[in-house]
Amino acid sequence: MIVNISAVAYLISGVCFIMALRGLSSPISARRGNLFGIIGMLIAVITTLFNPGILSFELIIIGLLIGAIIGTTIARKIQMTAMPQLVAAFHSLVGLAAVLVAAAALYSPESYGIGNSGNIKIASLIEMAIGVAVGAITFTGSILAFTKLQGLVSGNPVVFFGQHWLNLILGVLIILISIYFVSTQDLLAFWILVALSLAIGILLILPIGGADMPVVVSMLNSYSGWAAAGIGFTLENTALIITGALVGSSGAILSYIMCKAMNRSFFSVILGGFGGESIYKDETGEKSVKPGSAEDAAFIMSNAGSVIIVPGYGLAVAQAQHVIKEMSDALKEAGVKVRYAIHPVAGRMPGHMNVLLAESSVDYDDVFELDEINSDFSNSDVAFVIGANDVTNPAAKNDPQSPIYGMPILDVEKSQTVLFVKRSLSPGYAGIDNSVFYRDNTMMLFGDAKEMVEKIVKSI
Amino acid sequence: MENLVIDPFIFQLSIFVLAIFVGYYVVWSVTPALHTPLMSVTNAISSVIIVGALIAAGPGDLNLSKIFGFIAIVLAAINIFGGFVVTQRMLEMFKKKK
Repeated sequence: MIVNISAVAYLISGVCFIMALRGLSSPISARRGNLFGIIGMLIAVITTLFNPGILSFELIIIGLLIGAIIGTTIARKIQMTAMPQLVAAFHSLVGLAAVLVAAAALYSPESYGIGNSGNIKIASLIEMAIGVAVGAITFTGSILAFTKLQGLVSGNPVVFFGQHWLNLILGVLIILISIYFVSTQDLLAFWILVALSLAIGILLILPIGGADMPVVVSMLNSYSGWAAAGIGFTLENTALIITGALVGSSGAILSYIMCKAMNRSFFSVILGGFGGESIYKDETGEKSVKPGSAEDAAFIMSNAGSVIIVPGYGLAVAQAQHVIKEMSDALKEAGVKVRYAIHPVAGRMPGHMNVLLAESSVDYDDVFELDEINSDFSNSDVAFVIGANDVTNPAAKNDPQSPIYGMPILDVEKSQTVLFVKRSLSPGYAGIDNSVFYRDNTMMLFGDAKEMVEKIVKSI
Repeated sequence: MENLVIDPFIFQLSIFVLAIFVGYYVVWSVTPALHTPLMSVTNAISSVIIVGALIAAGPGDLNLSKIFGFIAIVLAAINIFGGFVVTQRMLEMFKKKK
């Protein structure tokens, strides 16, 4: 009887998690969604504590307290610019937790009702092997992604001879050792499986360069979901299976959206080698640009009817997101219509730029996605590009030779005037020159993004 | 005569497959502006794996599984609290400005 009640409770918890994601369809319902998520988690935890096998609560309470203190402290202190690292770090914890739970189930199968030591159900063993392998890959992969995003190791792709063959061999070994483990229930085989999966987790992320990090973070998000689902099957727990499926498909969709926004195939991202600091030789020789001052920019913008601001990650690097809000406020006061255009890969993870702007109190009704606003550049007076480059490069449309050919871009060059804030004429992340710099209707504002915008605000 | 009882695994698999479809449609309806909170909240809910850790840490006497369970509780709890709190923090920023 109690088993059925708890099964229903887990189902309710799973439904709460669906509602949590559903809430995110609009900023208005989103906070209620988060509340659903918290309720779902509470239901799952409390239901589990009623499990007759749970007799001592000391370690549980201590563990929950430690986790609560650490988690809450980090979440309250973290800078919004560091969200990608934080999410990567969190993914690694899910991965490691999956490995530990699988190990616990292997050493004490009785607690989970999946058999006795040395005599575990075959199905549970298969699920355990899948869960632990994906969990271990998520763990090391996320740690490496974290160190790359945090700048602890270089974001450049690491490619070495025979890399893909090594991965292939490791992959085959993982399958073989999994089969051996399932048929013998050998403990050593289990740990070899863990070790091999940890290794391939590193090797899979190593060749992926900084530019592809938004895809990697989404991909690891997906992996952590599949790992949870695998463990959910082992434990025969509905909440875990539903959540794993939700998170797994969510991460997969975000990876797809990011790949599409960069016009990269998922496969080529995985194979890696793209997006380091490649050296670009400009073969077209000297071209002239029209430099301008902050005063010029202020004059042009305050006399414009509408301005579209195109922010990129450089904006966050320069910590200029707050002054840009001051600038748009000043312009609005002068009667100018100000909007923001966000490219899907403007930040370092999906939706990152929207969060950074929201943090600076930019109204989300002023913020538009690429496909919502792209046709408006042609009847806009000014496009103000700051901290972005590749996402405005017309080569993506015109030059089939370009590495970014086919990538959807923001058509800034169609507006009357383009104001381009940039430190120098150096090419962007993908290492490609941008023809927008040299257009007649472009004025280059050379300098630090933050200082430049501060000067503009003073002059408006 | 074949056994007429369906293996519970098939039920779990059905739930899993249907949940993938639910996830697919629900996630596509998430507004792109909230993709970062989506990732942090999915991260928090995937820590429901804590249920497995709680069971491992539950028995009266100390064994290896209990230690694994304890560590997993700490890790998952960091994620749960961290994930929900940071999501809430972000969503507060998306409040309508007056």
